[in-house]
Amino acid sequence: MAKIIKPYGDAMDDGKVQLSFTLPVPAGSRSMEAARRIALAWGFHEAEVVHMAPMSDEFTFFVVYAATSRGIDWDTVEGDRDDGEKPMSMDEINAFIRARIGRKIVVIGACTGFDAHTVGIDAIMNMKGYNHHYGLERYEMIDAHNLGAQIPNEKLIEYAETHRADAILVSQVVTQKDSHIHNLTEFMELLEAKGERGRFICIAGGPRISNKLAAKIGFDAGFGHGTYAEDVATFIVKKMAQERRT
Amino acid sequence: MTHNKLNLPGEKIDRARELAKNICAPVLDFIDVHTTVTVERATLRLLGVDGVSSVGVPVPNLIVDALSDKLGEGAAIWYSNALLQTGLDQSELDKRIARGFNIASLPMGDRARAQEYATRLAQRQFARIDANRAYREARLEEYRGNSHSPLLYLIVATGNIYEDVKQAQAAALAGADVIAVIRTTAQSLLDYVPFGSTTEGFGGTYATQENFRIMRRALDEVMEREKRYIYQTNYASGLCMPEIAAMGALERLDMMLNDSMYGILFRDINMYRTFVDQRFSRMINAYSGIIINTGEDNYLTTSDGFEKAYTVLASQFLNERFAYAAGLRPWQMGLGHAFEMDPSIENGVLYELAQAQMAREIFPEHPLKYMPPTKHMSGDIFRGLVMDSMFNFVSKATGQDIHLLGMLTEAIHTPFMMDRHIAVESALYVMNGVASIADEIEFKSDGLIVRRAHDVLDRTVNFMEEIGRIGLMESIERAMFADISRSRTGGKGFEGLVEKGENYFNPVESTLTRSLGLA
Repeated sequence: MAKIIKPYGDAMDDGKVQLSFTLPVPAGSRSMEAARRIALAWGFHEAEVVHMAPMSDEFTFFVVYAATSRGIDWDTVEGDRDDGEKPMSMDEINAFIRARIGRKIVVIGACTGFDAHTVGIDAIMNMKGYNHHYGLERYEMIDAHNLGAQIPNEKLIEYAETHRADAILVSQVVTQKDSHIHNLTEFMELLEAKGERGRFICIAGGPRISNKLAAKIGFDAGFGHGTYAEDVATFIVKKMAQERRT
Repeated sequence: MTHNKLNLPGEKIDRARELAKNICAPVLDFIDVHTTVTVERATLRLLGVDGVSSVGVPVPNLIVDALSDKLGEGAAIWYSNALLQTGLDQSELDKRIARGFNIASLPMGDRARAQEYATRLAQRQFARIDANRAYREARLEEYRGNSHSPLLYLIVATGNIYEDVKQAQAAALAGADVIAVIRTTAQSLLDYVPFGSTTEGFGGTYATQENFRIMRRALDEVMEREKRYIYQTNYASGLCMPEIAAMGALERLDMMLNDSMYGILFRDINMYRTFVDQRFSRMINAYSGIIINTGEDNYLTTSDGFEKAYTVLASQFLNERFAYAAGLRPWQMGLGHAFEMDPSIENGVLYELAQAQMAREIFPEHPLKYMPPTKHMSGDIFRGLVMDSMFNFVSKATGQDIHLLGMLTEAIHTPFMMDRHIAVESALYVMNGVASIADEIEFKSDGLIVRRAHDVLDRTVNFMEEIGRIGLMESIERAMFADISRSRTGGKGFEGLVEKGENYFNPVESTLTRSLGLA
């Protein structure tokens, strides 16, 4: 028996969702009806416009509650990563490195291209970390180098070569016009052109980066929203041990 | 409003200002005897030089590049010499330069005549800036009392100036007083200013003089309709600080992001270059009546908002000192700070309140620019809206002046039109609901808020004593600001630094120096 799931409002399978959106029309009873109709056109079987506000002469904001009869089979869904696999703690990771790798590992990270946002790479690498999760600089057995933002891919690779990196973290925050995909692809192509893809564990990160997206571009893993230094470190050290990179 | 609720010791504030003066003095001495490629290009722009080559190189760049080792004399005299020698008018000469004519190949004629001619060209552009300033002041007077307090500041960032215009007009109609067009993410590292209207940018829109003009027209339309002055803002930062300031002066921008050290720390631009550039850009801003916004919020997005609060105050003192040295008046110094503490800190909002009130009392005449939470915004838009609401409350309760509205979708995407609408609506609700709160509240004399403010001031003075001992540039090398280390000769743009020669001539600089009373 397939287990069909639907949104839950206040009763099982009522299918209730909340929506907010803008339409490029002036506010009025006609646009209110348009907002309801557009929700129905999306396949919702009931829709109620609970709020309408003009934002200019040409644009109107709506809040709509709607209900869907469509669900999906829970058993057919696969996540971006295995939810059963928990990351190790900082201490466990240090102990793991000592026991299984036997030396400090070198991790280089940067936000590449013209992207000026250090917030992602800082959250993973800086001593302080983010949201009470220490960054890699704090890890006794990790030699972490955070190069900051706006680092050209060539420079990052060069730096990784001279510092004998085990892993390279490439952060991308800006996604306008798919600039993150272009940057990550360019990084991978450069590395492959140099014949050095196998030399480093390559990890992509950023709020809009998924494991699937990263894998598609050729990275070993991708870490998106809600992941921390220990998630990244756990992946690196396990892969190193598995591939006997000691 | 009472400016003395925290009972901050005046002698400590005075000491911090004295330290700032000592810390900046050697840097200012260095600035005095140097120019840069962008200072010279800004000078040319303020002589009316304009245009671009067929491959997109601006005429000011062509001139400055051609002068190379003559740049120590200043670009102005070589430009006016070329006008005199060729007998061409300005637009003809600019077109010939754009097609490859090298003015450095002409012999230098009568220097006194060339200087006089250049001075006249500068006066023509200064007259235009004077008219812009007078126009702004007249409109501000006419619509006095119609702006929000604090001024509500919104950013648009589509990459396409024509799309920006639609969003900016909607934002202004919704209640924004200030519209900033954020720049494309690469622009701060370009050593030239692109030309013409643009429709392609990443995470923002190119700052060009034509884009400034297009946005100005659109905002003036809303101003007329709403009877409320709409401030236009851009970024006099990066490798072209003074040129952006010059373009802003010519197109009547009202505010400029303009920090004395931001480029060094956060864009890895060479420190000598930045110090020279910021001075000239600030002199232009001072003259044109622009309010600068400084970038202290960046310290807290990089380092911890609670522990590093003192670096913000120290930077404010230094920015203030550099601003005075460039002729800016306190009403033009939009010193920055931010609501960036970890939301899980117990009493975190009270600490924010303490720091915002502290900034208010230490800089009573300055239009403080208060930045919303960004670092701890997650994808949880509902919690984000609550955090923004607390920020709105603190801003109103402490009498901030320029209030950058937080976006509930911060960390998700560049704001949608409706995100801005929600931001304005919630700010207006909070600020209306507690309109008189700044007059109503006082603080317990030995309470947590007062103690926090005293503590931050103490740490600031100690920090500045240390900077005073080792020097500003050395302090930057030692990563004392934002945990970022920058070397003196490292970073971008160092090659664009030029020592002024004995016969250095710059009619724009001398006019600015004289009229700002800096001589």
